[in-house]
Amino acid sequence: MSETLFEKVWKSHVIVEKESGPSLIYIDRHLVHEVTSPQAFDGLRMNNRQVRRPDLTIATMDHNVPTSDRSLPILDQTSAVQIQTLEKNCKDFGITLFDINSPNQGIVHVIGPQLGITLPGSTIVCGDSHTSTHGAFGALALGIGTSDVEHVLASQSMWLEKPKPFEIKVEGKIKNPHAVTAKDIVLSIIKNIGTGGGTGTVIEYTGQGISDLSMEQRMTICNMSIEAGARAGMIAPDEKTFDYLRDRKYTPKNYESLVEQWRDTLKTDSDAKFEKEFVLDINDIAPQVSWGTNPGMTCDVTDNIPTPDEYSNGDENQKKGAQKALDYMDLKSGTAIEDIKINRVFIGSCTNARLEDLIEASKVVNGQKVSSDVSAMVVPGSQMVKKQAEELGLDKIFINANFEWREAGCSMCLGMNPDILSPGDRCASTSNRNFEGRQGTGGRTHLVSPVMAAAAAINGHFVDVRKLDLK
Amino acid sequence: MEPFQNVSSIVTPLDKVNIDTDQIIPKQFLKLVQKSGFGKFVFFNWRFDEKENPVSDFVLNDSAYDNSQILVTGDNFGCGSSREHAVWALQDYGFSVIIAPSFADIFYSNCFKNGILPISLDQKITEQLLAESNPIQINLEKQIIKTSTQEIPFEIDSHKKKILLEGLDDIAQTFQHIDKIAEFEKNSTVPSVL
Repeated sequence: MSETLFEKVWKSHVIVEKESGPSLIYIDRHLVHEVTSPQAFDGLRMNNRQVRRPDLTIATMDHNVPTSDRSLPILDQTSAVQIQTLEKNCKDFGITLFDINSPNQGIVHVIGPQLGITLPGSTIVCGDSHTSTHGAFGALALGIGTSDVEHVLASQSMWLEKPKPFEIKVEGKIKNPHAVTAKDIVLSIIKNIGTGGGTGTVIEYTGQGISDLSMEQRMTICNMSIEAGARAGMIAPDEKTFDYLRDRKYTPKNYESLVEQWRDTLKTDSDAKFEKEFVLDINDIAPQVSWGTNPGMTCDVTDNIPTPDEYSNGDENQKKGAQKALDYMDLKSGTAIEDIKINRVFIGSCTNARLEDLIEASKVVNGQKVSSDVSAMVVPGSQMVKKQAEELGLDKIFINANFEWREAGCSMCLGMNPDILSPGDRCASTSNRNFEGRQGTGGRTHLVSPVMAAAAAINGHFVDVRKLDLK
Repeated sequence: MEPFQNVSSIVTPLDKVNIDTDQIIPKQFLKLVQKSGFGKFVFFNWRFDEKENPVSDFVLNDSAYDNSQILVTGDNFGCGSSREHAVWALQDYGFSVIIAPSFADIFYSNCFKNGILPISLDQKITEQLLAESNPIQINLEKQIIKTSTQEIPFEIDSHKKKILLEGLDDIAQTFQHIDKIAEFEKNSTVPSVL
């Protein structure tokens, strides 16, 4: 029978299947971080349970960690306790931990692929919704709650109702890949299908617009699948995928024989059926800027902010939501996006803080200065990304332009550490969520690509990066 | 987990679509290492102003709803972050049933792990319930919502219903299949990380 990539990976991991309701599926990789795991380890202790497969479990600390000088103690006592708790839990249960001083520390979804922990055709979970990132390698990668973290720690499996396969096809060959990026593709998709458009599905991204992308760009696309409400996002692995994972720290010893199997099997059969389909042409996509308080409230950089009526297409609830968003964002319908002034810039997060993101942003910044009324920062996604960037001299380009150059972590994407917006700040951010207060209470977030964020930092307002000579 | 009991209560109407888990429990409260005590922070940035004074027109600050156990809200409730703290906060505050036209997947799943019943209903019926001022009754066994004027049936997966009604420990259930898990591991071609 013809099957989609998702169905093949699903089928190869089912342990128990029932006539209806959830199936028990096996989990090949479990990534753990400090915020969503303490209660899970407590649950194990209370019931006198062990971690079934410490050898399939990897932990790091990313959400809470300061991105300033790592030799100083953590001032926020509650953050310090959470970090110490993870250290103790990993020690007690025999789990490998990349702690705050490890050269492998970083955002869990950046280090997984960089270390070769992420594998095509595998199942990966983490107590974090952006686990969908790993789907860029053809893995079924799911964000889970803390109860499921405990369940997977105890049993290396979890109960899940089988999602439906959803194909999003991006057609065409991109004309201007340095100005229109993976971030613009995925924001454009969410703008079109809505933040609940993928609910109950696993999205497979297909088409030349996707296969032409590098692995790091593919990760940006899959990362934001959750912002469309999808359970996961996947891209069929190809030679780029296999090359990326070759010779990493934890690449399996029998890697080449695994690649042989994956090459034959990990793709959607030509006559397989998807439950849902959406197609867009890559050359219809402009650089995107979000104007509201969810990632679907996004428009082209050349657009004006829509009226609630224009946005809602007659849906009263959406209209009310749009008005509330405009009030929170302190924006008026009809304002040109390029006229919006910003005073903060954040280049970071599991969406857009990989080496390529920093290289592309540095091209815009090189030889320029950050606008005098803007404060801007770069937070590399991992210590490995930071080191590679420094070897290329990117740190100097950013520092000379008056960007701050930080240590790795989630940082201002969600502001659990000291990196937050102040009330009224307006930020061009390469992160994934523009929810009210996400980056700091009263802060206003505009989601953009790294090159758009860099250009906004230099100019003090949004600019269409297609006008720049980017190569 | 305690078995789910039938509920009779007035509803708390929170008429807004796409409420994300960052609103349900803002990030500054995710640093606790236990499951309890999150109720006082639920919808914190909507309930309190910058000086932490109650915002008078926010529904949870209306004493009429103090004892409500049922939250009725808009489409795509619980979207965004997978943080289970959102469910812990709603439950600790006193909600045991949430009614909406649709829920985000991870939030929906998290509810059942904590004894909260999420009910997904047609938009029109949800809108009627948003305006319902009399107490309503939720009977999970019969899958019926009773209002002063009508009886509304609702759908729920039989496995999830059983978990709630019996207050089952998910992991203990799974351990009944431990041989099959071991068998799967024996045949797996995916190598260990280390």
